[in-house]
Amino acid sequence: MTSKTRNTYFFFGAMQAVLGLLVLTTSLFNKNSQNWLLFVALTLIVLGGIFYTHALYDRTLPGIKNNGVWHKGLSNRGWSAWLLGVVLTAFYVALYWYPETLGYNSQGNNSGLVGFFDSLSLLLNGKPASQWFVYGTLYTLAILVFGYKFLHKYRHNRYQVVRTISVMFFQLGFAFLIPEILSKLNPQYAYFDMDLKNMWPLDYDFFYDWHLNNQLDSGSLGMFMLLFGLLMVVLISPILTYFFGKRWYCSWVCGCGGLAETAGDPFRQLSSKKKWVWKLERWSVHLVLFFVTVMTLAVLYSYLEKNNNLLGITQDQFVYGSIGLIVLVMAVIYGFKRKALNKDALITLGTLGTIVLALIVMNHTADANQLFFVNSYKLREWYGFGIGAAFSGVIGVGFYPILGSRVWCRFGCPMAAVLGLQQRLFSKFRITTNGGQCISCGNCSVYCEMGIDVRAYAQRGEHIVRSSCVGCGICSAVCPRGVLKLENVATEIRMKNSGLIMNNPSDLLGELKKTL
Amino acid sequence: MRKIVIIGNGISGVTAARHLRKMGDDKILLISDESDAFFSRTALMYVYMGHMKFEHTYPYEEEFWNQNKIERLRGRVDKIDPTNKTLILADKQNIDYDVLIIATGSMPNRYGWPGEHLQGVQGLYHKQDLEALEASTPKIDRAVIVGGGLIGVELAEMLVSRGKKVTFLVRETAFWNGVLPHEEASIIGDHIKKHGIDLRLSTELKEIISDDNGSVAGVVTHSGEQIPCQWVGLAAGVSPNIGFLTKSIIETDRGVLVDRHLKTNLPDIYAIGDCAQQRHPLEGRPSVEAVWYTGRIMGETVAQTIMGMPKEYNPGQWFNSAKFFDIEYQTYGRVHTQKQKNEQHLYWSANNKALRIAYDKSSQRVLGIHSLGIRLRHDCIDQWLNEGKAYEYVIKHLQEALFDPELYRSPVQHIKQTFNTQLAV
Repeated sequence: MTSKTRNTYFFFGAMQAVLGLLVLTTSLFNKNSQNWLLFVALTLIVLGGIFYTHALYDRTLPGIKNNGVWHKGLSNRGWSAWLLGVVLTAFYVALYWYPETLGYNSQGNNSGLVGFFDSLSLLLNGKPASQWFVYGTLYTLAILVFGYKFLHKYRHNRYQVVRTISVMFFQLGFAFLIPEILSKLNPQYAYFDMDLKNMWPLDYDFFYDWHLNNQLDSGSLGMFMLLFGLLMVVLISPILTYFFGKRWYCSWVCGCGGLAETAGDPFRQLSSKKKWVWKLERWSVHLVLFFVTVMTLAVLYSYLEKNNNLLGITQDQFVYGSIGLIVLVMAVIYGFKRKALNKDALITLGTLGTIVLALIVMNHTADANQLFFVNSYKLREWYGFGIGAAFSGVIGVGFYPILGSRVWCRFGCPMAAVLGLQQRLFSKFRITTNGGQCISCGNCSVYCEMGIDVRAYAQRGEHIVRSSCVGCGICSAVCPRGVLKLENVATEIRMKNSGLIMNNPSDLLGELKKTL
Repeated sequence: MRKIVIIGNGISGVTAARHLRKMGDDKILLISDESDAFFSRTALMYVYMGHMKFEHTYPYEEEFWNQNKIERLRGRVDKIDPTNKTLILADKQNIDYDVLIIATGSMPNRYGWPGEHLQGVQGLYHKQDLEALEASTPKIDRAVIVGGGLIGVELAEMLVSRGKKVTFLVRETAFWNGVLPHEEASIIGDHIKKHGIDLRLSTELKEIISDDNGSVAGVVTHSGEQIPCQWVGLAAGVSPNIGFLTKSIIETDRGVLVDRHLKTNLPDIYAIGDCAQQRHPLEGRPSVEAVWYTGRIMGETVAQTIMGMPKEYNPGQWFNSAKFFDIEYQTYGRVHTQKQKNEQHLYWSANNKALRIAYDKSSQRVLGIHSLGIRLRHDCIDQWLNEGKAYEYVIKHLQEALFDPELYRSPVQHIKQTFNTQLAV
């Protein structure tokens, strides 16, 4: 491609995508009623993304494409980044709290943007669109279009290519098409989550009473989803995390991760690597874990009150069963991994202990409507507002251009905390440091979206075994000296460092001399 | 409690400081004329290219220095007075020491080319070089780089990333031919050209010409060709930065002369890193080694000696790495461009990847392995070299030494076939 045709492609692609987005925007003002226009707009966005990608990368040789990242305002918190952040945040605020501004009408006919999507919604699931359908469609579109871009950006790296195809596949198939089509095939059932890859506690309403009821009322499909959801939490996820680390979920399957890895990729470098932020991360992610667990158990507790026939479980049995289970987990960790506990793991253990205490308090102070002296439904309302909407949506994605692409995953996601503990203690996964080859350049740390100071380990010849690592593999990709490799190794040698740097291993957040 | 003063806060000096602190409570002072804090010199290119900001080049957060009681002073040492154990700084400040470590690194070579001090002629080594290049950048349309080594190719990549035209003068017949055998050198040369660089092999700089304001206007090559340009990068190697020692009684040659304990001729004065020169070089190694890794190893070694556990500099098997635009290079042990007596090579290449094994014909022991576009496991190859494995063993177990990211297609099968064919001849 000559530079002239390249510029034409560039312009053409950008214009198409802008036009597509413009059509979507004007629909907000009820300007578009023709059904075909939606398909034109979506097609324009997709084609625009494709042209734009080829204009960006076709003329370049395969390799790292980070030139100018910190010179451009959009990827270095310039005014364009702030503008994008404001637009995204406004969209999320409207989506969560003012869906009627997007044209959603729960009583009658939709108008505006939501109405614009009615035709597609009717086609896929047989019902008029909701704001969530619009969101799901745009979300999937973003992962596909930016995934396409990412595939070309990292075309030299097979790990990145396969991983990206995986997140695109799971978003399009599992999160979007399968649930929509299943609900079209089963119009008699009330709503429940049919995304097989969703998992409690990230999917925090899985154990809500209405959700359980809707599943239980939905025949074998509902029962299957309920059982599969339970299986995911207690069996599938621990097994996969043991063999591959939490990356099997966080950067290969998860929808939040999928968006971060594709649309969020241009902002990955904005995550803070400061030690105090690491401390903050530990506290915030565990607070969320505490909150979501207690809230879920409280909701189930209230549920049992009203449905005391469910499998014949009483409230007392439920509380002490849960406590027993948590204590068992803690005992296993303490029994087998006493010596491997670092601060990350200790705090997770502490969180589990606190949850046990909270459960005991709950069981002793509860009366008919009050748990912890508040209504359990209030608790879940707060969680839904504070964590489910404000944190994961507004801050998690709205602030991509300012705080980086993994703010939610790093500071908020309770699933990440659970998988992280397991990754730290019971997993084969690590990032191997290649002997003494590190030159401390810092590319790995800069491009770590989770804010891990990878260099701090690599320059000491230490392997990286961190709770928060989502295994995206970008540190390994950007390393100019071939120092880092994501690996699943035998657990006995996992923490054994190379002797080719003569330093002693150290706890980076540890005391004075340990940090040397 | 002694006062240990270290001149230079690069990788050698800082590694020494860290290990001294780890082992004891002496007062430690790092003096640098270049920067307030230790930064990663190897990352300067990434700052220019916009991959990183300068602050990202600091391997340690600011609090690290206070926490570990490593004092820092910004200043230039003009003279060492060993009899009074005093340093005299450019601002006339005097600093006493009990133990002194010289770790002043290198300077880009200048060979007395006419015009080499014009405005817009520079090397790339210090932080100030990066700042100078940044300041010159708006004026550059075409740049000329002199010297076909690692810094030269880095400069070329940097300038191209900012949309500059680059002419790259290399004296040898192939890129980095002193280190890379001809096949690998041509792969890199072709790759450099693919990135739009005007690579001129077998071309030497004759002089740099000036415009009316004392800035670069162009260069003239040995063949008399004039190449107009606004900037010239000197990348013809580096030499120890020891100008301030010329009149001192510390013995120097190309660098500060040291014994195997990294001691100079004077008691309590040591030299490490790029600026040190071994009086009795280790077998098969040059007397001056200007490499990140050796600097780090010397820093650690000297700290042990100073703390009363005398330790000889023993860097183990040679290793190094580099990246030429998109092609990574790793080397372990010794692979000679000019084969030594009895040295035999096995060579494989495909699609910008290459692997070469050098072995000794009579003992069959592997002498070295290097690769382009293939990552190799340091621990594994180091062990093979130490154990003196034969080439047959290495070929058989090659897969174990692969360090490419997961899901990469392994070239091992293809490599084995190629090597077996070569061995059958």
